[in-house]
Amino acid sequence: MSMPFYVSPEQVMADKAEFARKGIARGKSIVALEHQGGVLMMAENSTSLQKIGEIYDRIAFAGVGKFSEFDQLRKVGVRFADTKGYAYSREDVRGKGLANAFSQVIGEVFTREMKPLEIEIIVAEVGDDRYEDHKENALYRIKYDGFISDHAGFCAIGGNVEEVETVLKSDYKEGMPSGDAARLGLRALSAGAERSSELDAESLEVCLLDRGRAGRKFCRLSTDEVQSILDS
Amino acid sequence: MGGDGSSWRPEGSFLGERPKALLGGKVPLRGSYQGSSFIELLQTDARHLLPDLSAWDRDSSVAARLPHGTTVLAFRFGEGVLVAGDRLATAGHAVASRDVVKVFETDPHSLMAISGAAGPSIEMARILSVELEHYEKIEGEPLELEGKANKLSQMIRVNLPAAMQGLAVVPLFAGFDTRRKTGRLWKFDITGGRYEEAEFDATGSGGVYARESLKYGWSADLSREDAIRVAVAALTAAADEDRATGGVDLERGIFPIIKVCTSAGHSDASDEEIARFYRGILDSRSRGGNL
Repeated sequence: MSMPFYVSPEQVMADKAEFARKGIARGKSIVALEHQGGVLMMAENSTSLQKIGEIYDRIAFAGVGKFSEFDQLRKVGVRFADTKGYAYSREDVRGKGLANAFSQVIGEVFTREMKPLEIEIIVAEVGDDRYEDHKENALYRIKYDGFISDHAGFCAIGGNVEEVETVLKSDYKEGMPSGDAARLGLRALSAGAERSSELDAESLEVCLLDRGRAGRKFCRLSTDEVQSILDS
Repeated sequence: MGGDGSSWRPEGSFLGERPKALLGGKVPLRGSYQGSSFIELLQTDARHLLPDLSAWDRDSSVAARLPHGTTVLAFRFGEGVLVAGDRLATAGHAVASRDVVKVFETDPHSLMAISGAAGPSIEMARILSVELEHYEKIEGEPLELEGKANKLSQMIRVNLPAAMQGLAVVPLFAGFDTRRKTGRLWKFDITGGRYEEAEFDATGSGGVYARESLKYGWSADLSREDAIRVAVAALTAAADEDRATGGVDLERGIFPIIKVCTSAGHSDASDEEIARFYRGILDSRSRGGNL
């Protein structure tokens, strides 16, 4: 039996992080923005493979990187949330608990497995006006190594996230109407896109967590609806 | 210990089974179940959450002391379907509850009404609604209405052993078929037999009287308003003939649940609407009419 070469743990982690970052950098970006009527999530995506999905009544998911990996994680989230909501009550399924669970899974894969997940995700939760302690929206960003952070107002993940964040930082205003939020999202994604001139309603995937809805607050906008929210 | 993904599943076991836990704080990325059914997910990864009535013996006197739902009805009308149920649950000859809910919105375009053993029936409606939502979220699109009815039929079939021991679940399932642009309804038997009805149906102890009433009042092109009137009349007829059916309780302000499902989704008949039609019936009775 031959002895394996010694590689320091620092080196292993750095290599894995480098590998994951490269995978994510190839992908397009996604933004999530709080606005007057809830949370808006927007992805540059003209394919039918959806990057944004519903998890539970007030919780949505968005992922960048390797589709098969984050879609698998989305399904795990749905299974986790539905089981918890069935065992306890619908109000007991909260974004924070789910984001922590995701962070734990991604982190464990990063430390234990040979290949880390080449993904980055957002867990968004819209507030519920019926309960005093559920009123606030929440945005969590979870990186390929399980690092979790919460964000006020807006959050971006994906390839050229610095350019996207620069636009969001300079133009984001608290309590902006949904139309303004959609246009800001489009501007921010355009800043990060390789061919910015081509971004329009056709090439966007937009989903809302609409505070005003009863029950399940997630809704996916059709191309026409995306156009009309951009024009509003 | 290998890198096969199983190494970081939670330790320990539940009920002596292989360690699988969705709720224990750890979320297996590759849990044992990979499909899109919530019920199968529970069967595979969280058995303890599934209702298990296998401990029932043939002592039907126990089953008779459990709450039972009585009369529910469903029919097609001009815009879609209407599903209605009274509010009484009985345990033997006693009232178990006066304001139980027997009509459930299982998803934005379907309704389920239950009669029979209240506990397992209500749980079945709850699991079905999670099942339909779960499928939609995992697959990205909802089941067809027929697919939903079929799923319910499978659930009733699984309940057969309990049904044979007095815990029958006999629901009605109805909804708006968005593809065919029409309301549809199904009735079931305890073996999971699924029968589509073109007109109307009613089940439960007062079901036969409700059906008799519907036979005279129903027509395929009723307006929403007339549909609600016909439903109130049928429930009143059932309550009149069957002591276990609740009907409208003006004294306590307890009204039957009447839900309508159309292309636009669900809407409820208001208590005021129901009370108005019921008072009409009382008026005609006090004048010597026979309803």
